[in-house]
Amino acid sequence: MEPMTSTTLPGARSAAGGGRPGPLRRTLRDTIAPKVRQVADAAVTPLSIDDVLDHFHPLRGGSELRGRVVQVTPETPRSATVLIKPGRGWHGHVPGQFVRLGVDVDGVRLWRSYSLTHGPRPDGLISITVKMVPGGAVSTHLVRRVKPGTLVHLAPAEGDFVLPQPMPRKLLLVTAGSGITPVIGMLRNLFHKAEAPDVDIVLIHSALARAEVIFGREIRGYAEAGLLRLVELHTDTRGRLDVDELDQLVPDLAERPTYACGPVGLLDSLEEHHAARGLELFVERFRPVLLAEPGEGGTVTFAATGTDVEVAGDTAILDAAEDAGVLMPSGCRMGICMSCVLPLKEGTVRDLRNGELTHAVPGETHPDGVMVQTCITSAAGPCTFSH
Amino acid sequence: MTSITNKDVNPVAHLSPEDIEQIGLELDAIRQDILDIRGESDAKYIRRVVKVQRNLELGSRAVLLGSALPPLWVLGTVGLSVAKILENMEIGHNVMHGQWDWMRDPKIHSSTWEWDNASTAEGWKHSHNEIHHTYTNIIGKDNDLGYGIMRVDEEQKWVPMYLAQPLWNAINACFFEYGIAAYDLELGRNLRLPEERRTPGFKERAAATVKKIRKQATKDYVVNPLIALPFGSALPALAANFTANVVRNVWSHSVIMCGHFPEGVETFELNKIPEKETRGEWYVRQMIGSANISGSKLTHIMTGNLSHQIEHHLFPDLPSSRYAEIAPRVKALFEKYELNYHEAPLPQQVGSAWHKVVRLSLPNHWLETTNRSNVVEQSKLLYAMVTKGPKIRRLAQRRLDQMARKQAEQKAAADAGTPLTVVESVPA
Repeated sequence: MEPMTSTTLPGARSAAGGGRPGPLRRTLRDTIAPKVRQVADAAVTPLSIDDVLDHFHPLRGGSELRGRVVQVTPETPRSATVLIKPGRGWHGHVPGQFVRLGVDVDGVRLWRSYSLTHGPRPDGLISITVKMVPGGAVSTHLVRRVKPGTLVHLAPAEGDFVLPQPMPRKLLLVTAGSGITPVIGMLRNLFHKAEAPDVDIVLIHSALARAEVIFGREIRGYAEAGLLRLVELHTDTRGRLDVDELDQLVPDLAERPTYACGPVGLLDSLEEHHAARGLELFVERFRPVLLAEPGEGGTVTFAATGTDVEVAGDTAILDAAEDAGVLMPSGCRMGICMSCVLPLKEGTVRDLRNGELTHAVPGETHPDGVMVQTCITSAAGPCTFSH
Repeated sequence: MTSITNKDVNPVAHLSPEDIEQIGLELDAIRQDILDIRGESDAKYIRRVVKVQRNLELGSRAVLLGSALPPLWVLGTVGLSVAKILENMEIGHNVMHGQWDWMRDPKIHSSTWEWDNASTAEGWKHSHNEIHHTYTNIIGKDNDLGYGIMRVDEEQKWVPMYLAQPLWNAINACFFEYGIAAYDLELGRNLRLPEERRTPGFKERAAATVKKIRKQATKDYVVNPLIALPFGSALPALAANFTANVVRNVWSHSVIMCGHFPEGVETFELNKIPEKETRGEWYVRQMIGSANISGSKLTHIMTGNLSHQIEHHLFPDLPSSRYAEIAPRVKALFEKYELNYHEAPLPQQVGSAWHKVVRLSLPNHWLETTNRSNVVEQSKLLYAMVTKGPKIRRLAQRRLDQMARKQAEQKAAADAGTPLTVVESVPA
C-alpha cells in the first residue's frame, strides 16, 4: 500500500494560493479573462474554447471532471483496486465517501458509484476497489479489462457515511463482502497518522472464504498491530452473521456507534436490531431495496426530443430511457443524490422502493411539473416529462 | 422523373403485399444484426473522426495565419475545406441523426450537437430528420425535392421562370448552407403568409438562425482574419474561410443532389401513399427513392457515408461506419425482389442530377426531341413558349408531347427491326 501522510480535507486545495488578489490580478480575472474567453469562443464556434482545450488536455482544471487510470491491482481473484489520477477539478474527499465513475463499456458510457478506498493521498491519486458482480458490465470491465491510461469520467465525491468529528472513544464497524471498501478508507486514514488515534475499534467482517476477503492481509495486519479487534467470519463454513450474535461478539455493543456496509439483508436486519434496542447506527447502501411486485409499466414521453420509451413496471425510467438512447441526467442510481430528478408534466409514476404513486396533472399540479427521481421510479401508465 | 403511380411501368407493381412485408422483415433483421454488434469499435471510430477533424481544422487555421504566402494559403484552405466537410457530413449530419446516441456520451449526442453550418441543429433536425426522412421524395411534402424553388418533376407545371433553374441550382450550391437554413425555416412560405398563419415558433426559430449565422460569420470572416492580422494575413485568411465555406457548400450540395435527384430515382404522390403506410411500404419507398455513389473508402467518408444513401435512408440511425458493411446484404435484397439498386460513381451521379435539373428547366420533352437538324425550329418554339401566353404554351406543349410519342414509336419499331420512316420534323 502507498504511504499516506495527509489529512487534508476537501476544500484545502481550493483555498491554497488564496490570499487577497492584487488589483492587477483582479482586473485580469474579472475583466480581461472573460473578454479573452469570449474572443476564443467566437473563434471556434460552434465549439467552445473549453472543447478545444479538452481536446489537448482532458485533465486540465475547468474541464468536465475526468480521471486517468494509473494502475489496476488485483485484490482477490474477483476484485481489483483501480488507482486513478483525477483531473484538476477534483476537490478531495472524506474517507467513507463514494465517487461516481463513468466508464465506456463496449462503447456505452455507464455510471456507477464506488467507495473511495484511501484517505486523501499525498500523490493526489484516488482509488476504488471493485468486486465483480455476476453479470455486472461495469464491475467486470473494471476488474478484467480496463487498462492504465484509460480516461474515465468522475463526479465530485459524495456521501455522508463518514466518521464523526471528534471521534467517539469506541466504534463498531460491521462489513460484508465489498462492504469493506468505504471502511478501509476510514481505517487507512486513521492509521497512517504518526500517532495512533485513541479509539477502540471492533471490525466484524464477513466474506465467503478467507481467499475472498478483500484487503484481508491489511486488516489482519491492523489486528496484529493492535490497532483494532478483528472478527473475521467466513460464511461458507459458518453461515451468515446473525444480528443476535452481536451481543456475544461485542459485549459492549451498547457503547459503540455502529457503521455498517454490506448486502441489503445484513443492513436491513441490523437496522431492525439497532432500532429495537435504541442503538446508534450509520449504514451505507450500494443499492436500494426494491419492491418484489412493482406493477404495470407504461409509455414515457420525453417532450423535448419527442421520444417515446416503453418502461416495464420493474424498470427504472432512467434505465429504460438510457437504453433507448435518451441523454439522461444520472447520479447514484439508488434514490439518494437527486442528480436524476426531472419534471413530470403529466401522468403517474411509481416509486420502486415503496410502491408510492406520484401524479402530475396539468393545471392542477405545479406548472413546471412534479420533480421525480427517475432512477428509482417506474412508469405507472403513460406519462410525460418535459426533458 | 414521374411519380411512380403515373408511370407506364410501375417499378414495384410486381411486388405483392406479402413481398413488401417480407422485405420489411428482412431489413429489420439486418438492422438488428448491427444493433447486436455495435460497440467499442464503433465508438472508437467516431471519436477518431472527431479527433482528426479537430486537429485538421485547428491545424489549418494555424497554417492560415501565414496565408499571405500562397503555398500556405492553398494548404490551409484545402485543410479547412476538408475539415468543414468532415464536420458537416460524417460527423454533424450523422450525430444529429442520433447514430451515436447509444454511446450515452453527452459530447457526441443528437440532443447536444451543434454543427459548423448556417442552419441551426434544431432546425435541421426538424426539416431533415423528421420531414425529409419520413416523407422522402413525396412531391409537395419533401422539401429536399428542389427545395421549393425548382421544378423536379414532369408533373410540376412548366413556366418560363424555370428556365433559370440551372442558374438557381448553381447559386444554391455555392451558398447551400444559407439555402438549408432558409428552407429549415420554410422561409419562402412563411414570409408569404400573414404573421398569424405562419408556422408556430417561426419568429423564435428565425431569430435563432440569424444568431447562428452571425456567430458563424463572425468566426470565419471577423475573428479568424483578425487573429491573422498581426501576421499580415487578414485578407488572405478571410478569403480562405470564404473559399472553404463555398467548397463545403458545393460539395455537400453535390452529394445531396446525388442522393435523390439522379435520373431513375422514383418520386411519389402524396395522395397515393396509404394513410397508414406499413413499415414494409415505407422501406420500399426509401429503397427506390434513393441513389448510391460508388467509390473508395475516402469517397464514403467525405460524403459522410451518404454515398450509401439507400442504406442511410433505410436505417438513418445506424452508425454510418456500418453502411458499407450492410450494403451487400441490402443489394442482394434488391436483386431478390427485382428492384433497381441505383448506384454509380460520383461524377456520373452528379452529371445525371444536373441533366435532370436542365431537362426539367425546359418544357417536358423539349430536350429529348431536339436534335442538331431541328434545333432552330425547337428554339423558336421555346421562344414562343417563353414570350407568348399560356394558350400558346399549352399548344406548343401538346406538340412536344406528340413529337415525343412519335419518337418513341419509331424507337420501338427500330428495336423490333421494322424499317423506319424518317420524320425530320412534325409540321405545325
